[in-house]
Amino acid sequence: MNVVADPHTHREAPVRPAPPAPYGMLAELTHRCPLQCPYCSNPVELDRRNVELDLDTWKRVFSEAARLGVLQVHLSGGEPTARRDLEDMIRHCVEVGIYTNLITAGVGVTPERLQAISDAGIDHVQLSFQGATAETTDKVSNFRGAHERKLAVAREVRRLGLPLTINSVVHRANIHQIPAFIDLALSLDAKRIEIAHSQYYGWALRNRGALMPTREQVFWALDVVEEARARLKGKLTIDAVVPDYYAKYPKPCMNGWGRQSLNVTPSGKVLPCHAAETIPSLDFWNVREHSLSEIWTDSPAFNAFRGTDWMPELCRSCERKEIDWGGCRCQAMAIAGDAAATDPACHKSPLHAHMLALAEADAEGSSEYDYRRYLTPDRPS
Amino acid sequence: MTEILVATGIPKLARGVRLRHDEARGQWVLLAPERVLNPDPVAVEILKKVDGTRSIDAIVDELASAFTVDRERVATDVDAFLAGLVEKGMIEIASPLIGDAAS
Repeated sequence: MNVVADPHTHREAPVRPAPPAPYGMLAELTHRCPLQCPYCSNPVELDRRNVELDLDTWKRVFSEAARLGVLQVHLSGGEPTARRDLEDMIRHCVEVGIYTNLITAGVGVTPERLQAISDAGIDHVQLSFQGATAETTDKVSNFRGAHERKLAVAREVRRLGLPLTINSVVHRANIHQIPAFIDLALSLDAKRIEIAHSQYYGWALRNRGALMPTREQVFWALDVVEEARARLKGKLTIDAVVPDYYAKYPKPCMNGWGRQSLNVTPSGKVLPCHAAETIPSLDFWNVREHSLSEIWTDSPAFNAFRGTDWMPELCRSCERKEIDWGGCRCQAMAIAGDAAATDPACHKSPLHAHMLALAEADAEGSSEYDYRRYLTPDRPS
Repeated sequence: MTEILVATGIPKLARGVRLRHDEARGQWVLLAPERVLNPDPVAVEILKKVDGTRSIDAIVDELASAFTVDRERVATDVDAFLAGLVEKGMIEIASPLIGDAAS
């Protein structure tokens, strides 16, 4: 299996062992969303409705995912509830044994819709809050009244007996609200909160000057989370996505490229992570042309940075190479201009000081957002 | 911290927690929000009997006879295991009806 002919020598390349099966799949069902968060993890070039996969294709993808070993599917977007066939997708996942997690902004989701989603068998709901107060949520999402609607959705989720996670992305405008985010999660009877520092790719990279917190804010935030974790053990799980511009070691991005999870875009491209399209040299296979298992095992994009063989000497000789997995490829691309470089977040990178200087300069930047939106006007279809 | 569970209580997996066999990896997994746990073989035998109808007492009886082990020992293990999952919010224990007052 997996014998790949080497075009340069006409000899067979070494047999690559099949990679371990993925545990999780992020299904970006649509890029449509009523909110306009300036750090959105969707690409700057958003997919339009007319290129979205249809229900039958998604069902096939979920079946293939289950056979491949995927245990949990994260139904996300954009706003996944913009797909009217979401309930059919959930039912299908339940049928093939996949655990379903809904990642929603909550705006425009009626109690009737939530009831239908619950009846379809959703296992867990993650609801985003852009701020701990109405003023901040409405400003960051650029949607008046968003906060109130989210509060109503959170209460409805709990009334239905579904487990609730509050997702908060933190940055300069709301990082001081972390204690209030935690109180909000407790008051809404959530058992889990994600406190994710904004990660700078795509939209967030465009908005880095308006989002970047100061070093003091970041270290304060880390202490606050640490203290809350200890205090609320057994009551509230706090999962954090760490900020890395001021860090010494890079984040183990995705726990390694092509190692545990994959991401399917609204139009069917399969990515090792949601920002991978920022690496222009990679060729992403599409579920319209290939099975998920073929893509996971054989596609050039998944194999480009899998394992440790691709690493530059600096990483390959490092004792942390299977802890950090070389950090983040998209960040190496964004800062070093080379996706195979050592992540500049690492103190060993020659660009580490440069990255820190970028952060310090951006933390003094203007707070005007370039809100997420379709950049070109819609063409009639 | 860890509470002593009432033996007549009826445990069930909380909504959002599922036990299933993972065919791809040939093992049992306990799935929860953003978590995949690998219960050991003893834990799997206990979890398979957590169905929202059996009491803790009944689970202990069945395991003790199925594996011909000392009942006291099984009771201690089951209690400690379930209490840990109750603390994590992954298992809920319903109280049995008291007396025959159900109406």
